[in-house]
Amino acid sequence: MKVQKKVLVAGMAAASLMLVTACSSTDSTEAESASETASESAAESTDTGAAVDAAMATSAADFGGMDGLVAACEAEGKLNTIALPPDWANYGEIIQGFTDKYGIEVESQQPDANSQDEINAATQNAGTDRAPDVFDLGQAVALNNTAMYAPYMVERFADIPAAFKDANGLWVNDYGGFMAVGYDANKVPEITSLNDLLGPDFKGAVALNGDPTQASAGWNGVMMASIANGGSANDIAPGVEYFKAMNEAGNFLPVDPTPATIESGQTPVVFDWDYLQAGQVAGLAEKGIDWKIFVPEGAVVGGYYYQAVNADAPNPACARLWQEYLYSPDGQNEWLRGGARPVLADVYAAEGTLDAEAFAKLPPVSGDPIVPDDQQVLVGNEYLIANWSAAVGG
Amino acid sequence: MQIGQQQSAAKKPLTQIHTLETGPSTRGAGLRRALRGLPYLGVVPFLALVGVFFLWPTYIVITQAFVDDQGAFTMEYVTTVATSEVNLNAFRNSIQVSVITALLGGIFGGLLSWAVANSRRHGMFRRATMAASGVFAQFGGVMLAFAFLATFGFNGLVTLFFSENFGDSFLSNPTWLYGIWGLCVVYTFFQIPLMLIVFLPAVEGLRGEWREANDSLGGSTLRYWRHVGGPVLLPSFMGAILLLFANAFSSYATAAALISQGSPIVPLQIRGAIGSEVALGGAAFGKALALGMVIVVSVVMLGYVFLQRRVSRWEQ
Repeated sequence: MKVQKKVLVAGMAAASLMLVTACSSTDSTEAESASETASESAAESTDTGAAVDAAMATSAADFGGMDGLVAACEAEGKLNTIALPPDWANYGEIIQGFTDKYGIEVESQQPDANSQDEINAATQNAGTDRAPDVFDLGQAVALNNTAMYAPYMVERFADIPAAFKDANGLWVNDYGGFMAVGYDANKVPEITSLNDLLGPDFKGAVALNGDPTQASAGWNGVMMASIANGGSANDIAPGVEYFKAMNEAGNFLPVDPTPATIESGQTPVVFDWDYLQAGQVAGLAEKGIDWKIFVPEGAVVGGYYYQAVNADAPNPACARLWQEYLYSPDGQNEWLRGGARPVLADVYAAEGTLDAEAFAKLPPVSGDPIVPDDQQVLVGNEYLIANWSAAVGG
Repeated sequence: MQIGQQQSAAKKPLTQIHTLETGPSTRGAGLRRALRGLPYLGVVPFLALVGVFFLWPTYIVITQAFVDDQGAFTMEYVTTVATSEVNLNAFRNSIQVSVITALLGGIFGGLLSWAVANSRRHGMFRRATMAASGVFAQFGGVMLAFAFLATFGFNGLVTLFFSENFGDSFLSNPTWLYGIWGLCVVYTFFQIPLMLIVFLPAVEGLRGEWREANDSLGGSTLRYWRHVGGPVLLPSFMGAILLLFANAFSSYATAAALISQGSPIVPLQIRGAIGSEVALGGAAFGKALALGMVIVVSVVMLGYVFLQRRVSRWEQ
């Protein structure tokens, strides 16, 4: 018996060793075959595109126009996207729309990943056919990794305001919106100014989406409060004072708001991007919640996402066709129907190709939008790291 | 003892196999020596586990805390941790939560151990308490946080009941739950059962004869505890308290699920450093914070080892 036990232990050890080596060997074969496929497909695309190197193309004209671009993408047959949740800014429909229009299969990898994960995936899978072709990034991550993008200018590139694009086309803002206060009109009185939220009607009712030293939405929420209270993009301190006063009044909720907390009534007032809230309004109405979105006058803080093509895209032509689709009226209207503000909204509205009904549903905004730049975000964040904890009394 | 028995019992049949197959020869002796090392193979998975999940990460934390994003040596992160008011405050909060919950867990868990040790050996109370402690000592993280949110949170059962029936009180306005006092309450929930598990063997080690000897020599209860029970239990008690301290100090998931604003304790500060989408590249700073935690826990563990030595002297 004892011997058997010992042999068993040794056997198990040996088996686990074998398992480990077996696993690693499968991994390497997989990686090898993946890179083989990648080099094959690279070879294919250079074959078919003979005159055009899709990876170097900076506009549809390099393919001899849209038809050439579509043909080059069809030859590749596939697009890898990453971190595009189907219920975020309507991406589910956008991907479906692209597949319907061009018959290209879209492989949507890690839909719930964050911006940094996108960059990590591109680095780790570089050279394989699993690497993402396109990025959709938050500001900080986008501006820190510009070396990884291939410049590309969509057909309407010239119509995009200069503040929303890189002059060489390395990145272009795609959709975004403004910081807003959403509230359940059945539970709390109408909000007409941020100072309302310091009053006794809002006891234990106001939540901020994320810790501002960590989450971009939280950061911009504090920035909005700052601008409404005499601060500026360079001075976030009045915003911290505002939340400190709110916390002392017993109105600040240290809870991360989600659709679930809104539905259950835990977070009747929420600081968050209007485009993230707008997508929830219809669903909440079905559950009897009258969700209203308020953008304070004169304190309009904007935030946009960044669209870019991976320089190492395994499907370079489809990556570029995807850009053309996103900035066409089709793509822009689909974002709009998801409650996000597409970057070409004003241009297409003037031309009459914008979905006017969806546009009318966006919350009204008055005042010049302020979009804090990278440096301002860092300066504000340093102040927050030193003062936020104490202000909300952790 | 057990290991020794297994080894000597296992040796015999193996030698028999040899005599049968090859007979005594130098080659057989070499083989025998190799086979004698065979039982150590069983330890390999354990050593691999310790190496991969304990030693390697510790090594990375310690070395990377001194390396900036260009790969050069720097003291910047460590100095910042040691001087920044916010970070020092987080360490103070972490230590405070750990000390309070270790003491609360130690006192209540200790009393519970005493009650269990004196209950009937196979009685219902003992079996139920032991089983419940085994479960609750591991009941942490998101589940535990959720249990408290559902009970004492803003929409919790107790909160709604009290705000509807009794007006304003700390139970109807649960902001306390989302700060370090909330953490103290929640952590105590797993500290008490853990104390029972680690401290019960020591309490059971108290021999009835000692008490009888004390009584028959005319000693009072106070005298017994002062001169016999107390001194015997003290090292185990302190050791268990130190273990509880380290347990609370390193807890992350429960706090992460409960607290979303302000990062009052060190593990949450590390989350902020490595996961922030506002300020990128804080990984090295997170490692400097982790290094601070490693130092605090090392000091505590050294104390634990020291006390453990004293305990084992009594247990022999």
